[in-house]
Amino acid sequence: MPEPHIVLENVHKSFGAKHVLRGVNVGVGKGRSLVIIGGSGTGKSVTLKCILGLLKPDSGSIRVGGQEITDLAGDARDEMLARFGMLFQGAALFDSLNVWRNVAFGLMQGRRQMKAREARAIAIDKLAQVGLGPELADASPAELSGGMRKRVGLARAIAPEPEIIFFDEPTTGLDPIMGDVINNLIVDCTRGLGATTITITHDMASARKIADDIAMIYKGQIVWHGPADEIDCSNNPFVDQFIHGRAEGPIQVDL
Amino acid sequence: MLAEVGRLALFTRDAVLRGLAPPWYFRQVFDQILRIGYFSLPVVGLTAFFTGGALALQIYIGGTRYNAENLVSQIVALGITRELGPVMAGLMVTGRVAAAIAAELGTMKVTEQIDALTTLSTNPFKYLVGPRIVAAVLTMPILVGVADIIGILGGYVVGTTSLGFNSAAYIKNTTDFVEFTDVTSGLIKAAVFGFIIALMGCYHGFNSQGGAQGVGRATTNAVVSGSILILAANYALTSLLFEK
Repeated sequence: MPEPHIVLENVHKSFGAKHVLRGVNVGVGKGRSLVIIGGSGTGKSVTLKCILGLLKPDSGSIRVGGQEITDLAGDARDEMLARFGMLFQGAALFDSLNVWRNVAFGLMQGRRQMKAREARAIAIDKLAQVGLGPELADASPAELSGGMRKRVGLARAIAPEPEIIFFDEPTTGLDPIMGDVINNLIVDCTRGLGATTITITHDMASARKIADDIAMIYKGQIVWHGPADEIDCSNNPFVDQFIHGRAEGPIQVDL
Repeated sequence: MLAEVGRLALFTRDAVLRGLAPPWYFRQVFDQILRIGYFSLPVVGLTAFFTGGALALQIYIGGTRYNAENLVSQIVALGITRELGPVMAGLMVTGRVAAAIAAELGTMKVTEQIDALTTLSTNPFKYLVGPRIVAAVLTMPILVGVADIIGILGGYVVGTTSLGFNSAAYIKNTTDFVEFTDVTSGLIKAAVFGFIIALMGCYHGFNSQGGAQGVGRATTNAVVSGSILILAANYALTSLLFEK
């Protein structure tokens, strides 16, 4: 069996005395969608940031397409990052640039020095893919609503056609209907690209919609990992407590 | 404290080695030259004018005690080009620019825009830090050159209007007396101050955390540490450049 596209092996990360990741083991196959669920402060975001290299894990191995990436630095890291796209929780649009320049950012900067006219046409095309009209292209991000910002962020993440896309809490802060719209867009856009995706969320509706596989993280370890359609019959007390949203169970919430 | 110095040293290394390496973002450099240099002209010019004027008055008052009041033009020129031009411009630009850089980059940091740059295969050091440092190092000497001229002009205006100096003699005294190295040493200081200003703004902006309050703290720290470093560097450079 070939190695999955992205593999994390025994990844540890501490911040001072706080041991956030305690040996994360998880993998996702090429073109598949993994959703990592878990409560707040369990290490979801830190896991993503370790893969992206925004944080350096203390120990363990992270491999993308068989290549060890934890000790990449400089231009080698930039090259590796060119294969990634990410939708941030708050969309993280550049507020000094208008909407189309945000979407086209990955096309115009870095090694792909695309001309403005060409990049703008692609940006408008990507905006259409996420259901936004060309009249928004010259708007400033500050003028957009939360749902629109998420859509622009999604358009920006998919514009350079990356092979791997990360979604950080894609539905947080949106109403349930807009959340579902975003979920559908994520599924459509990533299937179209054939991209491998990792999503972190605590929204089960979102997880069920997006996921091929689900992994549950608790206290910095993966406590369950399996196909999305087995989540309801996992017989895992952690998973059962989480998906039913119960305060009682093995998961202790620190108040 | 020691850890902070270490972090700053690492940041400085990254800022120089990564920030100044290609690819170069010329558009960013140009934008920053406008924002750091051009828009600082009014505040630097006004500061220099009043400083030159006040300096002329003080030297005149001191000079009369030793019958040396005819030295006003020379000492104003020397004081402005060697010392007050670069220092006053440096401090004013710190207040204006280091604060603005720290606030802008700090907000980008807490809203994950800096992380977003990384995921769009753009190195934040090259896109954000490098252009600001280049722009500040290039424009500070120009600003100080302008400050020198306007500061001497301030002294001239006060000298010829309220202190009764002859206009032609004042100008001749100044131009005869000032040496090339007086001006260039001030401009070298200016370039170093420009580096400090941009570096402090970027460093505190990049390391801000925790929302609006964190950005506020970053801005304050940028201005305070930038000002102190400028004054310390000024002393070090003065002793290096002038003690012969």
